[in-house]
Amino acid sequence: MSGDHDHDGAHDHSHLSDMDARIRALESLLVEKGYIESEAVDEIVELYETKIGPRNGAHVVVKAWTEPEFEKWLRDDATAAIHSLGYTSRQGEHMVAVFNSDDTHHMVVCTLCSCYPWSVLGLPPTWYKSPPYRSRSVIDPRGVLEEFGTVVPESTAVEVHDSTAETRYLVVPQRPAGTEDWTAEQLQKLVTRNSMIGTSFALSPEQAT
Amino acid sequence: MNGGQDLGGMHGFGPVVSEPGKPDYDVENYHAHWEPRVMGMVVAMGACGQWNIDISRHARESISPAEYVTFPYYKIWTEGLEKLMLERSMVTAEELTTGEMRTPPITVKGRLKKADVWTALHSLGGAANRPETRKQKFKVGDLVHTINTHPTTHTRLPRYARGRTGEITKILGFHVFPDSAGNGKGDDPQWLYQVRFTAQELWGEDKNPRDTVTLDLWEPHFNSA
Repeated sequence: MSGDHDHDGAHDHSHLSDMDARIRALESLLVEKGYIESEAVDEIVELYETKIGPRNGAHVVVKAWTEPEFEKWLRDDATAAIHSLGYTSRQGEHMVAVFNSDDTHHMVVCTLCSCYPWSVLGLPPTWYKSPPYRSRSVIDPRGVLEEFGTVVPESTAVEVHDSTAETRYLVVPQRPAGTEDWTAEQLQKLVTRNSMIGTSFALSPEQAT
Repeated sequence: MNGGQDLGGMHGFGPVVSEPGKPDYDVENYHAHWEPRVMGMVVAMGACGQWNIDISRHARESISPAEYVTFPYYKIWTEGLEKLMLERSMVTAEELTTGEMRTPPITVKGRLKKADVWTALHSLGGAANRPETRKQKFKVGDLVHTINTHPTTHTRLPRYARGRTGEITKILGFHVFPDSAGNGKGDDPQWLYQVRFTAQELWGEDKNPRDTVTLDLWEPHFNSA
């Protein structure tokens, strides 16, 4: 099964327009009932498109890469460290930061639904919510990583975090070699969303150019 | 419940990344125009105060497994939202079909206004920790054995981690217990821990001996090993 890709197929076009009509009817009903305002829905959608996204997480990661005191705070109390930067939005109330190293590679999943650190990464990508990722990441993490082009040596442990509670996990990828004299602004370009989920490494200087 | 949502360890769904580099897998969070509306409506409906996050998760996982694994994710959210509203007489089935109001609204806690969205999103209103009323029973390093249980109701102990032995690796706080709150039985807060299981314990001897999976589990989910 191709999971969420199904609706790219031709047979699903009628299905999609059915959903378009159904959701338009639902919104108009909820507005008429006084439960919601469409302008508030617009604003929520807009904020997650423009203000609450993976740039927040990249800021946290680069601060940890460049400021040892912040790194220690992030290890000891990720919630306080991340909230101190203003990233207090929902699905980020309780944070744990896990640090990739030569010994351990961390990756995050929610097998039971789609728990994801919205406050620092925004909305989850489609693949994160899909049955292939949710079923396989706990039983075959190395196979999943390889699909993302991420090869973790056998001698490095892979630790998968299944987000079963309200704790949200942020992966701090390893800082790429050859970036010792880079500015924070330059470093942030290396920190992709997937590197903070743990399905990829941070970009190398060569990949970023 | 052993529903379609409990996917950990299942086979046969195919690759995660069938076409590496396809924008959908790297960038996009939505596939269709209706999807962001559903996301926004579900968030906005939270302000009505008629359910908690655990009840809303349970509503989504209550759809049939065949539908769960084939529906687009935001369609699952739509089904869950409609079920919650129908159960509370906020809407009728006829109204959902026609999109027209036929019955008066119920009284709700509030309605989210545009000007309040940013503040509402940043209010930490979703915090799940509660004042500690007792000491935790376990400490980091303790070995614990998860219970073997198959409730038909909401639980956050997935099938693949039932009846397994793991090690406490973090104490995460005193948190709302979804296995109660998601079933409409109140917060019943419990100590929450990160528990680490080896891949071999969960999946068998052929797995890499270094690999592990952690789950965040509440005290009622396990006993001392």
